[in-house]
Amino acid sequence: MSNEIMSELRKDYIYNLMIKGEREDGRKFDEYRDIKIDTNVIEKAEGSARVRLGDTLLVVGVKIQTGTPFPDTPDKGVIITNLELLPLASPMFESGPPREDAVELARVVDRGIRESESIDLSKLCITAGEKVWMVFIDVHVLDDGGNIMDAASLGAIAALMTGKLPAKRFDVGEDSPIPMRDVPVAVTAVEIGGTIMLDPSLNEQSIAGTKLTVISNQDGGISGMQKSGVNPLTTEQINYIVDAAIEKAKELRQKFLEI
Amino acid sequence: MICVYEIIKNEEEKRKFMVKPEKLIENGIRLDGRKPDELRPIKIKVGVLNRADGSCYFEFGANKVIAAVYGPREVHPRHMQKSTSAVVRYKYNMASFSVEERKRPGPDRRSIEVSKVSREALEPVIFQEYFPRSAIDIFVEVLQADAGTRTAGINAASIALADAGIPMKSLVSACAVGKVDDTLVLDLNKDEDNYGQADMPIAMTPDGKITLLQMDGHLSSDEFKEGLEMAKKGCLEIAQLQRAALLEKYSSKIEGESNE
Repeated sequence: MSNEIMSELRKDYIYNLMIKGEREDGRKFDEYRDIKIDTNVIEKAEGSARVRLGDTLLVVGVKIQTGTPFPDTPDKGVIITNLELLPLASPMFESGPPREDAVELARVVDRGIRESESIDLSKLCITAGEKVWMVFIDVHVLDDGGNIMDAASLGAIAALMTGKLPAKRFDVGEDSPIPMRDVPVAVTAVEIGGTIMLDPSLNEQSIAGTKLTVISNQDGGISGMQKSGVNPLTTEQINYIVDAAIEKAKELRQKFLEI
Repeated sequence: MICVYEIIKNEEEKRKFMVKPEKLIENGIRLDGRKPDELRPIKIKVGVLNRADGSCYFEFGANKVIAAVYGPREVHPRHMQKSTSAVVRYKYNMASFSVEERKRPGPDRRSIEVSKVSREALEPVIFQEYFPRSAIDIFVEVLQADAGTRTAGINAASIALADAGIPMKSLVSACAVGKVDDTLVLDLNKDEDNYGQADMPIAMTPDGKITLLQMDGHLSSDEFKEGLEMAKKGCLEIAQLQRAALLEKYSSKIEGESNE
């Protein structure tokens, strides 16, 4: 799926392990790597989080400022999500404008936050039609160890949950928390030779034919999905992933995103 | 007084921009007269462009898209070529006049993503290994947009590939399922897309392998599963139309009634 360079021997090894029901790093098929989330790691940002998911490391910074609303939503705030695959994170990443994989990741992170209505956009309105809060979510990937998608999504929501609206700095009242009302969590699965596994490592991701990301909410509903990669999936595989993802999202939310 | 004025102004502005119909479904019938599991009318024309190796004009309700396929041909730039298979490239582009408010021309983040997932929706059916060091270029131009342009584009591109004589395992068909007024509906139109609760574009092969799946909005897992089945039926319906359109073009030639 990716252009990552990997020896044929390593591919065979992972494949053969999988047939035996095992993974390279000893995890079960539905087990995540260790997750560590630290919030408020960047003082200058209004919200921030550093996420480590196995070998993957990224920092999410949320900057918030006032601006004019879009004409079709004069009484709603604005969310803008961007994701940078920095060249320091992998020999496969190059500098320059975001390429399609970075654009896709950013748009799926954005979709989870927007479609779950996790931020109450109407509470980001200061003066309708004139002034609203604009929330910029920037994800900087520092080390690519696979499954950037889930790490980015965890980081974004953690940064938002611990962030604040800098009302004092913009002279529009007292600082307050970002108005959050849901906690969407993305869970990504890959399919390798008919087997489904969650939270793919870099090696697993490189040999997988397809990824499927499912973003679910507190009520167990789904608010976003994205299939990525060239291999097709069967209905059974998709239904299995959806059920597993909703279950896993609950667990991750409880463990890492309890306020 | 200022407050009252502000409120009135806001209400006016709201009315100006939001014309949400009160009900999107009444007595089981949608605003455009369709039943929940009914597709919009489809019109297909195969081989509409002279210079392209394969092409297709596809109307899906008010969507009008045109797809062209060039290739297999030399890869430019050279470094993109693969030594063991063809590279498939897909460019989705929206004409600036295709939407209500003029769209700034050129690629944006949305069209980059749509191009990527659409390419991945078609790649599994193309025998890429037959054409090492070559490129198969697919261009999709949206002339008029009315919700569901990516699925219309995939449907058109799939036919254009066949028209270009590219060896394929099967056709790919695509349509969306969504939720409006708490009801699952097939193939959303613009109003249903704007004011609906969920939108889920899906592409699949006639034997049920899913090659594109995206979703935004809000669905329970049961609704999702039901929606997936609904999309499957829609895609099969489209597959038949695609097949018929191709047969129409190529069977008339065999009978000696030249199209030229």
